[in-house]
Amino acid sequence: MLHIARFKQVLIVLACLAGVIFTLPNFFYSRVEMHNDAAKDIENGITNAELEADLAQWPSWLPSDIVNLGLDLRGGAQLLAEVRVEDVYETTMDGMWPQVRDVLVAERDTIGAIRRQESAPGTLAIRVANEDGVARAVELVRGLASPVTSVTGAGQSSLTVSANGNLVTVELSEAQKTVSDELTVRQALEIIRNRIDAAGTREPSIQRTGDRRILIEVPGAKSAQELKGWIGTTAQLGFHEVISTTGDENAEPGVGNFLAPDVEREGVYYILSRTAVVSGDQLTDSQPTFDQNGRPAVDFRFNPGGARAFGAYTSNNIGRPFAIVLDDEVISAPTIQSAITGGSGIITGSFTVEETTNLAVLLRAGALPAGLDFLEERTVGPELGADSIRSGQIAAVVGFVAVMIFMGLSYGLFGWIANIALILNMAMIIGILSLLGATLTLPGIAGIVLTMGMAVDANVLVYERIREELKTAKGPARAIELGYERAMSAILDANITTIMTAAILWFVGSGPVRGFATTLGIGILTSVFTAIFVTRLFIVWWFQRRRPKTIEV
Amino acid sequence: MRLRLIPQETNFNFFKAARYTFGASVVAVIASIILFLVLGLNFGIDFRGGTTIRTDSTSEVSVADYRAAIDPLGLGDVVITEVFDPTFAADEHVAMIRIQAQEGQESISAEIVQQVEEALQQVDPSITFPSVESVGPKVSGELINTAIYAVLAAIVAIVIYIWARFEWQFAIGAVAALIHDVLLTIGLWSIFQLKFDLATIAALLTIVGYSINDTVVVFDRARENLIKYKKMPLIDVLNLSANETLSRTVMTSGTTLLALIALLVLGGDVIRGFVLAITWGIIVGTYSSIYVAKNIVLMLGVKRDWSKEKKPSGNQFMDIDA
Repeated sequence: MLHIARFKQVLIVLACLAGVIFTLPNFFYSRVEMHNDAAKDIENGITNAELEADLAQWPSWLPSDIVNLGLDLRGGAQLLAEVRVEDVYETTMDGMWPQVRDVLVAERDTIGAIRRQESAPGTLAIRVANEDGVARAVELVRGLASPVTSVTGAGQSSLTVSANGNLVTVELSEAQKTVSDELTVRQALEIIRNRIDAAGTREPSIQRTGDRRILIEVPGAKSAQELKGWIGTTAQLGFHEVISTTGDENAEPGVGNFLAPDVEREGVYYILSRTAVVSGDQLTDSQPTFDQNGRPAVDFRFNPGGARAFGAYTSNNIGRPFAIVLDDEVISAPTIQSAITGGSGIITGSFTVEETTNLAVLLRAGALPAGLDFLEERTVGPELGADSIRSGQIAAVVGFVAVMIFMGLSYGLFGWIANIALILNMAMIIGILSLLGATLTLPGIAGIVLTMGMAVDANVLVYERIREELKTAKGPARAIELGYERAMSAILDANITTIMTAAILWFVGSGPVRGFATTLGIGILTSVFTAIFVTRLFIVWWFQRRRPKTIEV
Repeated sequence: MRLRLIPQETNFNFFKAARYTFGASVVAVIASIILFLVLGLNFGIDFRGGTTIRTDSTSEVSVADYRAAIDPLGLGDVVITEVFDPTFAADEHVAMIRIQAQEGQESISAEIVQQVEEALQQVDPSITFPSVESVGPKVSGELINTAIYAVLAAIVAIVIYIWARFEWQFAIGAVAALIHDVLLTIGLWSIFQLKFDLATIAALLTIVGYSINDTVVVFDRARENLIKYKKMPLIDVLNLSANETLSRTVMTSGTTLLALIALLVLGGDVIRGFVLAITWGIIVGTYSSIYVAKNIVLMLGVKRDWSKEKKPSGNQFMDIDA
């Protein structure tokens, strides 16, 4: 006879109940959202009457997880950035030059005079006067290398040193490059996160994709442009020695120097020493402020090492200009009036208040270790998102009602039982999405609507089978039992294949496509559950109460 | 009174017109391939790189005026299409502007987007830009590869599963039906030059999953009937199985189509292409599970009699007697 163990009945009912309860907050989306925001602030120690009122919008003992709306539904911006990891090879090699020079100069007797030559970015080329000394020079430079500190590269040297004639070329070894790339991307990720957080947006998603890419999604950002502004350029700040000024943008800066334009005065260029006196990573703090003339400015503070270097340089170069360089542009080039030993100062330029705020944030968050290339950017306005949600909801409701009527007409009572299971199925999908914190996208809504059509498939299979069994089986109870039993293999085969495609979609897709895969996958799992267990439970209940002699499916 | 789309008992001979249905499928597949080779696909920016700007205005869209405003910027290939949708408000006029990827630029230039927006605002001050999307050529190339791998991976995974669960003839039949559905979808997209983008790939994969779903149900029943009616010729077993599962096939496709049509009409233009692809796929998929997959199985034949020991025919039990 039809029978389901008591504990199974309880489990099934509990699962359905959980689905409904976890779906509930989504019907009060904005209230729950305000509640959650307020709860977060209060947890962080901020409290005021307004926040308390927001918190009271939703009872705290109820679940407060809501479906996370994707950018295409909420509006916002997305950027895919690639980190130019090669930038770091260049700075590393430039940074090594003084060290290399010192060890070589110490053995001038055997090596002869040395000169740095122009070379490809990320390499260091040194011409050695005495060709017999090349071997010794290579040996000396190799001595500067350190073992690579990664699992795969362990034991390998960090530098590759080669010689050709009297030219010694130094560059990072492949193993060291891998280590450096990994660090660079991780650092860039951290800094981008800091900067986006400083801009005060809600729930940004910043994640690494692939080896050197970073995907940034910020709901509520007005445009990808705005996002780029927050992330900024590299914000590489440095204080450089000024060699000379020129009006020629094609001037030859000479080895070890570089040419940088003045931001304010068009046509003015500075030739600067590449090695910075003090660099941005020695900054400990920066704040927007005003200079003595009341113009917006940025105030900064160095760490002890930076303060010492800055103090020494300024006291030795009084009366000479030095340049404050941000991302290869000279923000200002004041003349040193007196030794600055306190480790702090201000940067002035023709800034607006907003610009100084931005600059201060950028400097405080630290420089990006390398430049970024933006490979992909998408902006969706909040209006379009709201329209999409509305259309999606209407379509879902209409589709839902149409499927229910169709099922009711086709299978009568059994059809309505399937419909109740369908409603519970929807509740479970949304409940699970909320719990997982998965993102609902526009194709995700399509996935839910598609699931509605496919969800009843399992029931259709069972019901059609019951109809067939009714023709031959002994009594309705046996037919129902056989119907569920015999339809099972088809249900499993059909759903496992669909789950496989959903999984593939999820792995290869990103953004909206992944959203579709998520709802499709969850929908299949829940629909198998509701179609097999829930409808069976209802039918068993109905059957035990009525004990019908015949049934019509 | 019950709604019955399909009579309780049916006795169609699905193979009677096999020569025509299968022939039509072969012709359609070949035509799709030719269309694809000749016309190509109208790749969206996901696969081609470039920028699309959606415009929204309270006054009528004038494609000619928009074009006149944008052309002087010298951006190369610019496609402007007006979008119509029943869900739009009366004073809502939407257009999509697609600009090709600019030579020698990986990252998308903000200035170009701004120039276009400013030029259009000159034409129509009420215009707004609800969405702007740019994909660089580097990413778009990778996206094409990923998409191809994804569709292939899905097909291979399904074939392996079917092969493990059924006999190899069924796996071949299933995969033929799948490829049939995928190619016909590509053909339709090619002939109408519908936008082919990542969402279309998602739709293709869904079709692959759904089509197999239908096919598997028929196969499952055929497997059952092969055991039940040991002496019945294969052609009759397949026919019987298709007839027995026909009302289910029609019901399921029916409910799914109901939901999809609601989405197609009311879901807004943003996902229309995506929904259209799935809808088409469901129709083709239902057809192919009835008329393509079984034909292949019939052609390949299935070993029926397990009592007499014969040389292995490459089915799942072939190694057991070793």
